Amino acid sequence: MSSDLPLLSLVVWTPIIGGLLVLAIGSGKHVLEARVVALLVALLTFAISIPLYVQFDVNTFQMQFVELYPWIERFKINYHLGVDGISMPLIILTTFITVLVVLAGWDVIQYKPAQYMAAFLIMEGLMNGVFAALDGMLFYVFWEALLIPMFIVIGVWGGPRRVYATIKFFLYTFLGSVFMLVSLIYMYFQADSFAILDFHTLRMGMTAQIFIFLAFLLAFAVKVPMWPVHTWLPDAHVEAPTGGSVILAAIMLKLGAYGFLRFSLPITPDASQELDWLMITLSLIAVVYIGFVALVQKDMKKLIAYSSISHMGFVTLGFFIAFTIFENTGSWKGAAMGIEGAIVQMISHGFISAAMFLCIGVLYDRVHSREISAYGGVTNTMPNFAAFAVLFAMANAGLPGTSGFVGEFMVILSAFKANFWFAFLAALTLIIGAAYTLWMVKRVFFGEVANDNVAKLKDINSREFIILAVLAVAVLFFGIYPAPLLEVMSVSVQHLLEHIAQSKL
Amino acid sequence: MEFEIPNMSVALPEMFVLGMACLILLIDLFLTDKTRIITYLLAQATLIGAAIASLGHQLGSPEIAFSGNFIRDGMGDILKIFIYLSVFVVFLYSRSYLQARNLFKGEFYVIGLFGVLGMMVMVSAHSLLTLYLGLELLSLSMYALVAMNRDSSYASEAAMKYFVLGALASGMLLYGMSMLYGVTGSLELSQISAGVAATGADNMVLVFGLVFTVVGVAFKLGAVPFHMWVPDVYQGSPTAVTVYIGSAPKIAAFAMVMRLLVDGLEGLQEHWQGMLVILAILSLAVGNITAIAQTNIKRMLAYSTIAHVGYLLLGVLSGTESGYASSMFYTIVYALMSLGGFGMIMLLSRAGFEADRLDDFKGLNERSPWFAFMMLILMFSMAGVPVFLGFWAKLSVLSAVVEAGMVWLAAVAVIFSIIGAFYYLRVVKLMYFDKPEDDSPIDGEIDVRVMLSANSLAILVLGLFPGVLMNLCVNAFAV
Repeated sequence: MSSDLPLLSLVVWTPIIGGLLVLAIGSGKHVLEARVVALLVALLTFAISIPLYVQFDVNTFQMQFVELYPWIERFKINYHLGVDGISMPLIILTTFITVLVVLAGWDVIQYKPAQYMAAFLIMEGLMNGVFAALDGMLFYVFWEALLIPMFIVIGVWGGPRRVYATIKFFLYTFLGSVFMLVSLIYMYFQADSFAILDFHTLRMGMTAQIFIFLAFLLAFAVKVPMWPVHTWLPDAHVEAPTGGSVILAAIMLKLGAYGFLRFSLPITPDASQELDWLMITLSLIAVVYIGFVALVQKDMKKLIAYSSISHMGFVTLGFFIAFTIFENTGSWKGAAMGIEGAIVQMISHGFISAAMFLCIGVLYDRVHSREISAYGGVTNTMPNFAAFAVLFAMANAGLPGTSGFVGEFMVILSAFKANFWFAFLAALTLIIGAAYTLWMVKRVFFGEVANDNVAKLKDINSREFIILAVLAVAVLFFGIYPAPLLEVMSVSVQHLLEHIAQSKL
Repeated sequence: MEFEIPNMSVALPEMFVLGMACLILLIDLFLTDKTRIITYLLAQATLIGAAIASLGHQLGSPEIAFSGNFIRDGMGDILKIFIYLSVFVVFLYSRSYLQARNLFKGEFYVIGLFGVLGMMVMVSAHSLLTLYLGLELLSLSMYALVAMNRDSSYASEAAMKYFVLGALASGMLLYGMSMLYGVTGSLELSQISAGVAATGADNMVLVFGLVFTVVGVAFKLGAVPFHMWVPDVYQGSPTAVTVYIGSAPKIAAFAMVMRLLVDGLEGLQEHWQGMLVILAILSLAVGNITAIAQTNIKRMLAYSTIAHVGYLLLGVLSGTESGYASSMFYTIVYALMSLGGFGMIMLLSRAGFEADRLDDFKGLNERSPWFAFMMLILMFSMAGVPVFLGFWAKLSVLSAVVEAGMVWLAAVAVIFSIIGAFYYLRVVKLMYFDKPEDDSPIDGEIDVRVMLSANSLAILVLGLFPGVLMNLCVNAFAV
């Protein structure tokens, strides 16, 4: 099952060291070399991550590919990596998306391209670290260190209000996570260990659980982001360069959702049950209210940013309806579908949001505007591009046959088992989502050619074609045949549910 | 009383530094400005020699000498090593800075070494008298150093303020010491400790004495509300002196806290814990919030120092051995970061130009990506972002207060660290997101550039492997 190579370490450190290498190469005039090396590093990392899937044993909930070395003995902090069926797909998503990001920034980024590429590679390694970490402090280190390259990326290569956006991004997420740090330290003294798996079996009273749950909620809700702490995301997305938006939407948002699965639910199951009304309310507000907010956006990136918040509402909804389903049906089987649907939604949103931001990037690179009103009739001048864009827009709206449908459908289906009104409100997204996405498509792509800028547009080149085609294949594949994804996670999800079924009081 | 020959070898490093400082004073008389480099080299050799003397002596259990006035223990040895290291780096950074400003005089090194001697005595003090002697030797040296650039009105003002306030604080400290002596009948710390245990913690005079002692200590550390001198002195002094004041004396001040409050007055912990909580919270609040409003980076770093003192106190006030170790770790880490931060200002400065405004860091990434990256490490480390060393220092002190059952205090501390993150981020923003105001190349001397890089990289590398330094601090209390 497990190979001899420390695959997870390689997946974490190859891009980080590769990023430093790119920095070293690109400091002089060797811009092209730096780009090539960056692409090779990204491809290599992706290649290394493939065996994680191939050699993965789907029949066990135990952590796999485990690496465990003592790191800081004073606090019993270990360099402890491992993946289960929940984190492994996210790592592959990360390595996959990073390749596309490096390609997408190929000749678009002219200002200090080596630093740009290096920042993304380092981020990739850190994100893989977050997903693979099994030690609380190691997790925190990766989680926080991630802010630094993102801060630089938005601030250096971003739009006009980039400084405001990036400082807001940093402080918001920093605010969320420092309370997580205090909780981790508190649990360290309770469990005498920083291992996440030891936290899972740690018994705590209700008050402690509630405080810890709220501290984690702050950290993860900011990252997801959930209403009402979502306001950094539209700013960050609008100002970030295309690659930054892609990484933000496709992967960083998933870190928060992943945190709920790895920390909040298993560590504080009783508090989660106690406060699940709060989580469901916030999720539904995100799904419905933010959906309406998306409808009125004039800026394409902002629209997709709000649509991301709305879609992530589905993810948190899927996680936290589990308790109500259990009360209603007395069985954990129904709840499993909600969580699995939420995870599918995470992966699928990774592809779709990445594709949407890349599409906007394609237009922005040519016209230098993200305003919907600056476009119209793009399909006349860019037919190939329009075909892709419409496909991704359909996926974003949750069209059956695309990956966007699978997750949403599973979550709505299990929401019915919890409460009709939950399902009703969540299902509204199928209408609202279709409305804002398709209305944008109509205004940007269809109709008469709106102005000279659009008339002068050149269709996508082969580099852009490859990026979008790869994503289109992924979106359709997981839409038609999500089984590979589901079978990988099902045992882990089952185990998670059995775990949270037991009170830890 | 029987006459005994004291065990001189215990104080070998101190005697070596004293002898060398006097020798350098003499030699410097015969040197011209062209050969002044000899003074510099001798001063550095003194520090290296002292380090060898401190390292060469294997320590079993703590040794007390000179009729109980002097102690040599694990904590003291490690702190001394870092004092030598800090001052060594200070001297190295400041050579070309001083030369460019016509301040490259023998006095800087002689006074600097006397300051080192004062710090060493403080670190090894085992009676109130020795402690006070060391403290005054250090303080007088620092007053003189601040005033060294006598033509600068800022420096003169800073020196005056520092001297007046410092004298006041010393007076407070002495007054407190006299009360402690009055109650316990001894100046020696171990006997004071025994005396406290005998009288009980609720003796009124003893508590009064403690209050004055804490005031004196807080002043030397620069904790709010006794911090008023810090920003003026940091800003007014030549940067070469600021980096001196901002690094090694903090280590000595930490030693003073340990000697007085822990070695001497641990029996009064229930009293001083509350006092330190207030000092810590105020320092965190005032330091972090006021730093946001600064435009001068030296002043900003001064307020950041005040905030760091707040964190440092968190470990001490937890009152456990692991808390003391974490404060010690914090102090050493802070000294390293402070050295780097002020070193960077000196690197950007040149003859006739002080890079002490925040705006002077604009666009550093365009002028020198390497040093912009080094400064980025320092800033994120000071902000307490992993994986840099500063994060582990914060983690240590936070875990100490959580261990002591004060989770709320840890929560307060992290809230202020968010506020603090803002002004460190602003420096990064200036370096990376803004266009440079002047394009003159960064041309420091090679030794400065190498040392500065090593300094910053140490913060990164030790951040990846913080266990080494942490264990050093933990073991200091195990001996």
